[in-house]
Amino acid sequence: MFKSTEEEEKEVPAVEEKEEVEDGHNPLAIDQEPVVLEEEKEIPEKKEKKGLFKKKEEEKKSVKVYEKGLTKSREGFVSRLANLTNKYAKVTEEYFEELEEILIMADIGVNTVMEFMDRLRDRVRKENITDPSLLKEIIVDELFIIYVNDEVLSNKLNYREEGPTIMMFVGVNGVGKTTTIAKLAHKMIDDGKKVLMVGADTFRAGAVEQLKEWSLKVGAGFYGKEESDPASVVYDGIELAKEEGYDVVLIDTAGRLQNKVNLMKELEKMNKVILEKAGGCDETLLVIDATTGQNGVSQAKAFKEITNITGIVLTKLDGTAKGGIVLAIKESVGVPVKYIGLGETKDDLQEFDIEKYIYGLFKDMM
Amino acid sequence: MFESLGDRLQNALHKIKGYGKITEDNISDMMREIRLALLEADVNYKVVKEFTNTVKEKALGEEVASSINPGDLFVKIVKDELTELLGGESEPLNLKGNPALLMLVGLQGSGKTTTAGKLANFLRKKHSKKPLLVACDVYRPAAIDQLQQLGKQLNIEVYQEGKKDPVEIATNAISYAKENNYDYVLIDTAGRLHIDDELMDELDRIREKVNPEEILLVIDSMMGQDAINVITGFHDKLPLTGVILTKLDGDTRGGVALSVRHLTHVPIKFIGVSEKLDGLDSFDPERMAGRILGMGDIISLVEKATETIDEEEAEKTAKRMQQGKYDLEDFLSTMKQMKKLGPLENLIKMIPGAKKMGLTDVKIDPKQMAHIEAIVLSMTPKERRNPEIIKASRKTRIAAGSGTSVQEVNKLLQQFDQMKKMMKQVTNGNMKLPF
Repeated sequence: MFKSTEEEEKEVPAVEEKEEVEDGHNPLAIDQEPVVLEEEKEIPEKKEKKGLFKKKEEEKKSVKVYEKGLTKSREGFVSRLANLTNKYAKVTEEYFEELEEILIMADIGVNTVMEFMDRLRDRVRKENITDPSLLKEIIVDELFIIYVNDEVLSNKLNYREEGPTIMMFVGVNGVGKTTTIAKLAHKMIDDGKKVLMVGADTFRAGAVEQLKEWSLKVGAGFYGKEESDPASVVYDGIELAKEEGYDVVLIDTAGRLQNKVNLMKELEKMNKVILEKAGGCDETLLVIDATTGQNGVSQAKAFKEITNITGIVLTKLDGTAKGGIVLAIKESVGVPVKYIGLGETKDDLQEFDIEKYIYGLFKDMM
Repeated sequence: MFESLGDRLQNALHKIKGYGKITEDNISDMMREIRLALLEADVNYKVVKEFTNTVKEKALGEEVASSINPGDLFVKIVKDELTELLGGESEPLNLKGNPALLMLVGLQGSGKTTTAGKLANFLRKKHSKKPLLVACDVYRPAAIDQLQQLGKQLNIEVYQEGKKDPVEIATNAISYAKENNYDYVLIDTAGRLHIDDELMDELDRIREKVNPEEILLVIDSMMGQDAINVITGFHDKLPLTGVILTKLDGDTRGGVALSVRHLTHVPIKFIGVSEKLDGLDSFDPERMAGRILGMGDIISLVEKATETIDEEEAEKTAKRMQQGKYDLEDFLSTMKQMKKLGPLENLIKMIPGAKKMGLTDVKIDPKQMAHIEAIVLSMTPKERRNPEIIKASRKTRIAAGSGTSVQEVNKLLQQFDQMKKMMKQVTNGNMKLPF
């Protein structure tokens, strides 16, 4: 199962990158793609595998964008892991210590890493493994197990057959909720859906305006009112969606720190309105910034208590952050990642794939 | 969600108990706990490593004084060391220029725009001078609009030219500020990744052109291990003069503060503590150290108390305490004040070392409190002022009046007596607090 992913990733021809970048180029967006591009091209195996190209157009594109963003976060992580296996002729205590460091530096929760290390040590002892290169596969395997935990995970979004599908986006301040909505709306519109964006972040200055600008850019409908009660904006938004026959309603909410009781209550109230007006949310997505450290677990726990979080969108993976906290979140709160954000343009959103994610991080040492 | 370092150390203490000195052998468990506590606070892995080594060196050979719990000694060493690392004195802003130029930089979503508004407000209040906000985030949709709205709320002018070249906007803004006698110019820049060369160059070009007194990195306190890359990334490209740590009103430990100081020596100048436009505080290293370690938040406790307690009343009571004149009348008024603070259990949890003292699981029965109040209320004012005159017959009357028993009246009088003795100790300075 892992093998296929690996091939799929390698089969992407380097030439494809360029086209995509030019297509998706947005004059207002921060333009960093060219830098990434060069780095990508330098990965030799991409060119070598060019001739083996045989996957469907869609899939190619997905892996490619995914890898492009992860390249930066991967480089540090993978090269260190590769170093690690080269550096040590035998699996020693120093080897374990360095591995632990690498995992902690990826923000995979402290407890998760400690338990992982214990399990790995056990396995090495039982199976009498002394060669570090044999451990690579096991490490990936164990990380995979932490995340999947014998569950059937789907990152498909739930759509309603009749009436507008309601999706709400929640999270702390500055994680990228509004931008995520824009990207997702763009995807849905591409799939032929009629999308309404509802600006219920009536608190932050300029937030409603920000969403509105995005709605014009991606061609979505928009409803929002500044300085009014967010629950009433949600009410009116759903009303409008029903009247005008929208397929999907994407609700943007104000950023709120999870320990702010009043703001969390406000969220509860919005939920109530959605429940009464439309029978509840089909998706409540928690947006988490990949640079987030241990606090990510606290965020997931607190938001899950108030709303029925159905998935996570992990944003800003195009930086150097690895977003490893999602492994700890999945382990301790049970919420899986559905999408990842890899940049600031409307195309920089991909479905999350744990295999690709882990393999993306470890690719060069496989 | 995390155990505090103090609690963690308690678990590792058995090894050190009974030893007169801290040695290499008996502190390994303690070091592990310190390490985990710091990692859980998001302190950078490398910083943790160096830090634990320093603490170990300091602690080795230290006498475990019989009067102090060795765990407390350890926590004190760690906290002192942390405070020192976080920077002793808080460094003020350099506002010498005319106008003084301040530039805010950082990743997307770290809170630059809000912070720019807060900082302008802070400077205007503190120095009663005229600030100008400059909108140089020409990329994010509605970023200019956001700054303009903040300016409107604060009644501070915002200079903007729409979506033009930020270098040009900044340059023009300064001429504008000079012409119109502004004292401070605060430049809000677009959020960017530290690895985005093109945009980092743009910042450098703004810096070159306007030569700001302060280049402040705005950083989210919830940041994890990647903070090291971000901080060094920005610091390598721009001569940062300070850091502003935002969103500290969340429940994050904020270990990133330590990484900032340790890796760059750039001082942390301010912290963002609420979404309100006055929610900016000067950085306090000691308070931050306590937070990173998850020690009790005595400051919140004090803040809560000052919010609700009648100051005059409290002062009167304190004076009487000092004079040893604290009586049951005062006790009654203290009880009334305490009630205003809300459930006692919540307050107790904020006391540093509360867990160690076995106080966190204390359930205070509100009924019991009511009984105590009833007993005191059943006394005559004279009895309250001179509890020693309460003898058998008075006790029977008080018990009947309050619907309690003589035993309960006795217990209260005994406890009050003990309390008075304790107060004497505190005011004489003989009482040792846990931290």
